[in-house]
Parts: sequence; structure tokens; C-alpha cells
Amino acid sequence: MANSDPTPSGPAHRDAAAATAAPAKASPDGTTPPAAPARGAPWAALLRRAGALVRPGPKRRAGSGLPARKTIQVLVWVRRAVQAGCLGLFLYFLFQTGFRGSFASSEARVRLPLPVEGFLLADPFVGAMTLLSTHTVYRGLLWSVGILALTLVVGRVFCGWICPFGTLHHFFGWIFPSRYGKGGKRVESNKTYARQRVKYYLMYAFLAASMAGSVIGGLFDPICVAVRAIGLAVIPAAQYVIAVVTGSAAETGSRPVQLVADQTQDFLAASVWQTKQFYFHHAWFVGILFVGILFMNRFIPRFWCRVLCPLGAFLGVFARFALFGMEKDHAKCTDCNLCLVHCQGADSPQGGVKWRQDECHMCLNCENACPEDVIKFRFLPNRKSALVTPDTGRRTALATAAAGAVIIPTARIADVLDANYDHRVIRPPGSVEEREFLERCIRCAECMKVCPNNAIHPAFFEAGIEGLWTPIVIPRIGYCEHSCVLCGDVCPTGAIQKITEEQKMGVGQKPISIGTAFYDQGRCLPWSMSVPCIVCEEFCPTSPKAIWVEEVDIPKREPVAAEHGKEPLMKMVHVQRPHVDPALCIGCGACEKVCPVQDKPAVYVTSVGETRSKTNVILLEDTDYNKPS
Amino acid sequence: MSDISRREVLRRLGAAGLVLGGAAGVGAARWDRGGSTATAAERQQTRDYRLRDAPAGLPELVVARAGAEALAGGAPDPAALVRKAVDALGGMRRFISRGDVVVVKPNIGWDRTPIHAANTNPKVVAEVVRLAYDAGAKSVIVTDASCNEPNRCFQRSGIWKAAYDVGAEVVIPAAHRFRGMRLKGEVLDDWPVYTPLVNADKVINVPIAKHHNLSKYTAAMKNWYGALGGRRNRLHQNIDVSIADLATFIQPTLTIVDAIRVLMRNGPQGGNVADAKDMHTIIATTDQVAADAYGCQLIGRKPEEIPYLKMGHERGLGTMHWQNLRLAEV
Repeated sequence: MANSDPTPSGPAHRDAAAATAAPAKASPDGTTPPAAPARGAPWAALLRRAGALVRPGPKRRAGSGLPARKTIQVLVWVRRAVQAGCLGLFLYFLFQTGFRGSFASSEARVRLPLPVEGFLLADPFVGAMTLLSTHTVYRGLLWSVGILALTLVVGRVFCGWICPFGTLHHFFGWIFPSRYGKGGKRVESNKTYARQRVKYYLMYAFLAASMAGSVIGGLFDPICVAVRAIGLAVIPAAQYVIAVVTGSAAETGSRPVQLVADQTQDFLAASVWQTKQFYFHHAWFVGILFVGILFMNRFIPRFWCRVLCPLGAFLGVFARFALFGMEKDHAKCTDCNLCLVHCQGADSPQGGVKWRQDECHMCLNCENACPEDVIKFRFLPNRKSALVTPDTGRRTALATAAAGAVIIPTARIADVLDANYDHRVIRPPGSVEEREFLERCIRCAECMKVCPNNAIHPAFFEAGIEGLWTPIVIPRIGYCEHSCVLCGDVCPTGAIQKITEEQKMGVGQKPISIGTAFYDQGRCLPWSMSVPCIVCEEFCPTSPKAIWVEEVDIPKREPVAAEHGKEPLMKMVHVQRPHVDPALCIGCGACEKVCPVQDKPAVYVTSVGETRSKTNVILLEDTDYNKPS
Repeated sequence: MSDISRREVLRRLGAAGLVLGGAAGVGAARWDRGGSTATAAERQQTRDYRLRDAPAGLPELVVARAGAEALAGGAPDPAALVRKAVDALGGMRRFISRGDVVVVKPNIGWDRTPIHAANTNPKVVAEVVRLAYDAGAKSVIVTDASCNEPNRCFQRSGIWKAAYDVGAEVVIPAAHRFRGMRLKGEVLDDWPVYTPLVNADKVINVPIAKHHNLSKYTAAMKNWYGALGGRRNRLHQNIDVSIADLATFIQPTLTIVDAIRVLMRNGPQGGNVADAKDMHTIIATTDQVAADAYGCQLIGRKPEEIPYLKMGHERGLGTMHWQNLRLAEV
């Protein structure tokens, strides 16, 4: 705690803590910089700090040694509890983003009982982007007004108290101390720098891009990043590792070891992941970026929050209206810099400079650490020593916004949207037409996480550069389950609409199609090799089936060498040759998934014939320009 | 430049020697000499759960049909038909001993509701579980390796709730529950097998009778597809032999075919209520070949038309001439 959170603070205390946990390393004097983290393994530092928590040393504070107000001391602990709770809730929601079955009746609609996309619904940056792109606020996104209201009262508490991604960075900024993480270096690293403007420029650029028709800001929204990285990379990777470990445990052949391994697997499958391993298209890229961003905390504490986070910038703009804020009494400041040691937002809490309200995460560490009577948080503070608006030049802000606005048309001169739509861009069922889809999809990966068949994947460049990490169905990995509508159920922005089973399967109406299946007759067993098969027909879920078979008796050569001078031995075999009826095919991809031709399936789905588009069609009867898209 | 000490020379030589010795030891121990080494032919691993005795007084094939009076009173209770059929075979106590771990294997292959008749009727499954517990089973496991997404199949088939309500342990198939086994069949050699089905004392097969576009009819013998993991989509290339291989691999204690509602076309998934027809029939027997030989007639097939029945008959797994068995219609 000593590094970033100041409750047990001051040199004397640190020495006492170090002495209790590791007597050999105890500093002999009081000149050690306050709250310096231990060298070596982070876990050693953790242990030492845990020791300090259990056995707090005598509280002697630097300078005048005035204790912080009791309210502030309590609030700092409340903040830690709220942070842990919000991160826990976020992870719990993420673990629950998937269908694990229930005892509901067979007729009950399969929906998730919890609002697992809740953190995204409360995200004002998502709300603002989609408002600018679609001119509407979709359903639950109205909750984001709540976080905005909170910001108007108490500033960026979302960043310091609620944001699960922020809490991760707070945590890693604490356990990843580097040479910048100690004493004077840490003080320097926690001062306000010009690089913190970058997030505002990013935010303006993303808002302008939304106005231009694409909510690419989701690439940088912290909640989207957290869902995407943890859901698509961290959880599957952890599952893979555990499966290797329990698999080798099962190899031992010892019954008790196998039992423990099985029970571990069962427990994790029922709580954290699913019963099968999930794989995500190019998830390595998502995972590496996540690890890299977390690792940046080693060099610049809370690098993400201070420099890149567009949601933080968005809230920072509104923090100027906050009723709650800081007052400073510069005269009393002794320049001990304890406030800076613990500062999260790099918002200049120290004496002699103005406090930066737009940067402050409202963590209250500075007042808690201050041994003099300099820093006071209160409602309706005087703003003599505060700057409330972002320190961004108007010209640069305008220029970056303009850059954001032109990036979308520029991206679209590449062929994939207008001229040469990629056949692999199969959007999940219920998706709106591609242009509106790009106006709505924030790449949060909720749909990919929830899909029970691992069918939905983050696109790499299949959907163009502006379609990076938007959802596409890759049927070879998983097909779209016929009666499942969970992707639309969790979509926070309506890129995938909340459809019913009746709409999807077409009960009393036309079903929703996401593409069409095609046979590669050169690879299909009954077509080219006189071998019976039709697994595709068995799995075709529509009724009547979109795959129908033609019964034929065809010759097949016996797999033996013919006698010299004789014709090869032939026999007649009866096979069923599959065909697709494009009027019935819904593009679910079950056929492609189960085709036994392993490497490149003999039946595959492409996006053509998708219900949402009136141009990407095959059949004349589906070509209807009077139909709303 | 000073000479190093003798001690230092010995220490360095000793260290280098140890590393060399260790490397040589590991290399020798793990040396792959290449070339094909004859692996010992493994024994065929099969699971035969059949009873040895067959009391002469009892029927060998029981067909329970809802009578006209039951039909007149609305939809007849499938559970009553199951009870009647099992009682006619001599009661569940004949098959289950006290303390047995019993696995009930319904067909939970598809994400379909009971009305579509693609999965075994949940009431039939629940009644079999109840009878097994009444006969003294220690635990009854209900499980299947589904075709569609398992959680969805188990819930929407209604079997999860129905089986749980009567105390069964419902096991969802997960990757760690499959283990490679030597089936040594004609086409099935080394395959991942679903472990609950091979670690039981007794196994009761509770399939549903259905049309199947490739194998023509699916019920008892074809139900063992749900015992396999891996790439079972490849089995279709020789579906009849693979069914016979599987039926050789697992021979159940008892087979109870659910023909309460039968899928007549569009099999094995159906999807249209009109594809299925109410028949209010339960077939119970210890002979899985005879169960299918009798059952295929429900969808208008003859046993001779179905190659895997002939193979099962020739392999001695049972008889396709069900007429030769002691038949009881109740």
C-alpha cells in the first residue's frame, strides 16, 4: 500500500514495516525516501506490505505530522473497497457472459439472468460516440447518464473508484515498481506532463470519427479493452494452461490425482469458463497489447489512464463542472512531495502549482498523505489554485478532431465496404446493415464472449481497417446455434439487435439469414470420391432442410491394382450428393463446422444472402430495394 | 599471470565432467533409435454390461403400448408405459444390484424441445432414473455427448431438469471427460471415449426412435455415437460398420427405446412439429439388435433394409429376427 496508497505512510512507518517483515533489509536511518518499494520480486513487496497492514508500526508522519482528517482516512479505505468490489463485479459479469444451462423448462427462452454488459451500458464515452453516430441512445445506454451525473458532482471518481481497467492499472502501478517507482523518481513520474494531452486528442478524434460514421473509439474505450482482452485472451489462455496441467495430472494414472484434476476442471468450467476450450481469431494481438499496456505501468504509473484513455478524457472535460474539488494552502506546503508519491492522476496536488481538476481521479491519496494542512477536498471549493479545463491547445484539438473525421472516408476508399465486400465478413444474426453496424459496434467483444459455440470472432482486417475487432462468424471454428440469440442479448449498442427466437428461426415469418453455404464439389466426398457422407445434411437445422440430397448410383474404382492388360476393377456404389437450397439456407455454418474434410471444408459459408443487406444477395426474389435495410 | 590452484583445476574439471555425464545420461536414457518399433498389440477394450442369466419364464422383448382406454383419457403417461415394460421384463431389480453406479444414456443430441422428438422424452428418462434408484442404485448418472451445444441440448430437451428432479447426477460433456481407448473395431480403432459410460456398473440405453437420412433408422445401436468424442463426423463414411463397431464396444444392461413420439422424416434433428408422430410406445429388451429390428418397423422399414442390423446379428450382438424372441405386448 505504501507506494500508492498512503494510509500507513512516512519513513518511520516504512522502516518499521520493513523491519517486521524482513529484518535484514531494514534501513538503518530515516533518510530513505518515503514509501519506497522493495527491490526484487513484486511478491516480496506484496508480502512486506501485507505485513505492514497486519502490524502497523508507530505512526509518525513527516513534517509537522498532522494526521489527515478522519473522514478522508475512512474514504480512502472506502475507495479501496469500492475499487475491489467493482473489479470483482466486472470479472464476475465477464465470467457469467456465457450460457451454462439451467433447470429452466425446455420451453423457456434462453437469456442471461444478469446484466453482464452493465459496465458498458454505464460508459458515457460509448453513449456519446453512439449518440453522435446514430443520433440515438440505445436502450440501456441511458445508464451512462448516471456516470456523467456522478462526474458533475464529484469529478472523475469513475476513474479512481469504479473503472475496473483503472483499478487494474492502479494495482499494477503498485506491484510493478521500477527505477521510476521509488522516492524522488516516483515524485517526478507523478508530476503533470504534456503527454497527458494525448488522451484528449484521441477522444476528440474518436468523437469526430463517430460523427463521420464509425465508432472506432471502441478500440480504446477502457471497458471495451478490458472485456476484449480478458474475455478473448486472458481467460482462454488460463483455461488452456489449466487443461495442460490437469491433463498431465490425469496421465499419472493415480485415481485421487485424477479426481482432483477432474473436480478442478468441473469447478472452473462452471464458474470461470465453459466446458470446452475457446479459441479466438488472432487473439494473440489483443493479448500482447493488453500485457504491453499493463507493463507500461513499470515506466509511467497508470500510463493508460493518464495518457491514452479517451473515457478518462471525456470525463475530464466534464470535471470542470464538478461541485467537489480541492483547495490548497500553498503557504503551508513544505515541499515534502508525499502527495506526489501517492498521486494517481498526475494532477499536480503539490503546493506552488495549480491543481488540475480534469486530470484528478479523486482517489484522495494526496490529502491523506499530506502531513501539513495544505490539501483540503470539499464541496464548492474556491478555484484560486485550480485549473479546471484540459490543457489542450484549441488548434491541436481542432486538428486532431479533423483528422478523426477524415479517417473514416479515407478508410473507405479501401475496397472492402463499397466495392469488394469481403465474403468472410459474416455478421452475427440480428446485426444491422453494415454501415449502421459500423456506426454502432464498439468492438467490446461481449458477443464473442457469450457465443456458446465459439462462432463469433474479432475480425482482423477482413472488414477493413475500420472493422478491426468487429465481430465476424467463423463457422469452421463454431457454427451459429439455431435457436440462440444471446449475442444480440448482450450487445450494448444495438449493432446486433435484440431479436427473438421466432424472428431468428422464422416462426411464421422469414428466418434471419447471415450468409449462404456453398459446396466445393471437388472436395466433397460423395461428389468427387464416391464416398457416402452427408454429415452436413444431418446437422442442417432448418425444416425443411436447406441441404437436400440427390440419390445416385455411381462407379467407384476398387483400391487394388488391376491385372496386367485389364481394366481396373469397378463397383457401383450408392451415394447421396448434397445440394444447397439458397432460399432456405440461413448461413448458420453447421455444415461447414461438421464437414469431415478437415483442413479446407468441402462446404463453406460466405456472407452473401444475408438478410440485413439488400445488395449482398444472390436471388432475384430477395432483391428488394423497397425493403428497409 | 598466476597459475591457478590445483583445487581450482579439479573443481572445473569436475564440473565439466558432471555436465557431460548428465547430458550423456539423459541422451542415453531418452535415445530414440528411429525405425519402427513393434508396439505390443493392445487388447481390445470393450464394455459388456449385459446380464449373464436370462430366466426362461420371462419375455426377452417387451413392447408397451398405450391402450385405447388410456388414449381416450387424453395423452397417456409415458412413465406408466416405462413401468409396465420394465415390470414385464422382470422388474428393475433384475438388472440393478444394490450399490450399483448406473449410467442412463438418453439421446440428448440436439437443441430441440420435446415436441420435436429429436431427443429422448424427459419423462421416460426420469422414470428410468426413478426405477433405478428404487432398485437400490447408489447413484444414477444421466449423460450424453451432444451434437449441438451441450448446455443448450441438456436444458432445452427438458432432460436436465427432469433427471435432476428425481435425484440423478447430470453430467455435461467436457473435454476432460474423454479418454482414448482401443476399440479395435473394423473401422473404429483408437478413439476418444466418453468416460462416464465406461466407468459404470450398469448402463441403461434410453434412445429415441427416429428417422435418419443416412442410416435410415436410429435408436438403440446408433445411440452409441454419443459415447465417442473426437471427429465423429468422419464415421458417416461407413456409418453401418461404425454403428456395429460401437454396439460391439458397448453392450448395455438394458435397452429402453422411447417411441412415445417418433420422428418420421427430416431425421435425426427434425425441427418441424409436423415431422413427428405420436405412437405411445415403449420397447424394452436386453437385446439391442432386436430393439432396433422391431423398432424400425415403426417408421415403415424392414430389418433387412438396414445393414447395421445385419452386421450386429452376424457378430452375435443380438438377433435381427425379433420374431424368434419371447415377445410380450403389454
